[in-house]
Amino acid sequence: MARIIGGLTTSHVPSIGKAIALKQQQDPYWKPFFDAFHPVHDWLAREKPDVAVVIYNDHGLNNFLDKMPTFAVGAAHEYHNADEGWGIPVLKPFRGNTKLSWHIIEQLVENEFDITMCQEVAVDHAFTLPMALMYPGGIDWPVATVPVMINSVQHPLPTARRCYKLGQAIGKAIESFPEDLKVVLLGTGGLSHQLDGTRAGFINKPFDLWCMDKMLNDPEALARLTNHEIIEKAGSQGVELMTWIAMRGAMQGQVSQLSATYHVPISNTGGAVMLLENNSVPRAIAAE
Amino acid sequence: MGFGAPIPGTPVFTGDAAARGYALNKMCFSFNSKENRDAFLADEDAYCAKYGLSAEHREAIKSRNVLQLIAAGGNVYYLAKFAGIFGLSVQDIGAQQTGMSLDAFKAHLAAQGA
Repeated sequence: MARIIGGLTTSHVPSIGKAIALKQQQDPYWKPFFDAFHPVHDWLAREKPDVAVVIYNDHGLNNFLDKMPTFAVGAAHEYHNADEGWGIPVLKPFRGNTKLSWHIIEQLVENEFDITMCQEVAVDHAFTLPMALMYPGGIDWPVATVPVMINSVQHPLPTARRCYKLGQAIGKAIESFPEDLKVVLLGTGGLSHQLDGTRAGFINKPFDLWCMDKMLNDPEALARLTNHEIIEKAGSQGVELMTWIAMRGAMQGQVSQLSATYHVPISNTGGAVMLLENNSVPRAIAAE
Repeated sequence: MGFGAPIPGTPVFTGDAAARGYALNKMCFSFNSKENRDAFLADEDAYCAKYGLSAEHREAIKSRNVLQLIAAGGNVYYLAKFAGIFGLSVQDIGAQQTGMSLDAFKAHLAAQGA
């Protein structure tokens, strides 16, 4: 059976792509953020996951307002990055796993999550940059991928509770997949930031640190947040927290924190990285 | 249609904004493609006409003013692609919206990490 071995949450600001292209990882501005990935690299080298299920929000590369899915799951053989209009390098295509994608889709719909199913997804920086942070140096991606998109553009957005439950359903779906696969989950976005309005540039370190604590110890507290509270406390784009909440839902049981870093600012954002390992091992047996 | 109590200085992209800004956002969405960015730069009036921008949209695009673009129904994710045409980052547009110099805006960001 497939097994969720752990989960990574990380900020995904586009300027990370520029910093990688310009080899600025050791510049004082970027070093604290890039260094956060050293323990992630060690863990990936040890655990060697087969698949990454990437929960993220599209920023207007794949989805437009003509048809805006609240939740969407990719089921393609391959996913391509593309020009987003601001000059960050386009990364190599990502391999899909269509059997796992369709299994997740079938299980989600069976569990009353009426998601949009996609055989073509242009994956934007929120998908590609976390992958490049996990697997640096332009190597061939060693994992297959399943993209899961959550609408963070057009209100009404799904509630934190709904995203948490989506994550729980994704977690159960992965665990019931009959192939012996090691799966790593990603939740990409946040933490606090606001790009628009006269409050642009708002960052809330105490709230971000509170979220990171709750990610580990009390995800229910995150699921109880309203979107109004999240925007007030984390800024209008701080709603990307929903990708973290969904990822945490998919981890379900007890988790342990292998590493956590918080650094302000990266671009306009509270930069945060957490690596959580799944404690309920082996989970397929624990579920019997 | 609404979102609850307004949060000062914080636009929320509701259905109302989306309805008002549709043509403007659709044009900005097109700027994912270099060919379209070049076409805009080559003939701004013709490009805006092709997307059916309202007079308010057109004025906002002419102004290059982000708050005015948001007031016209623009969404910041699509507007960022418009800003990209001029090589402007989210820090540049943050400085513009808050009336700060770029250096002051960067210092404001850094100060919140203390």
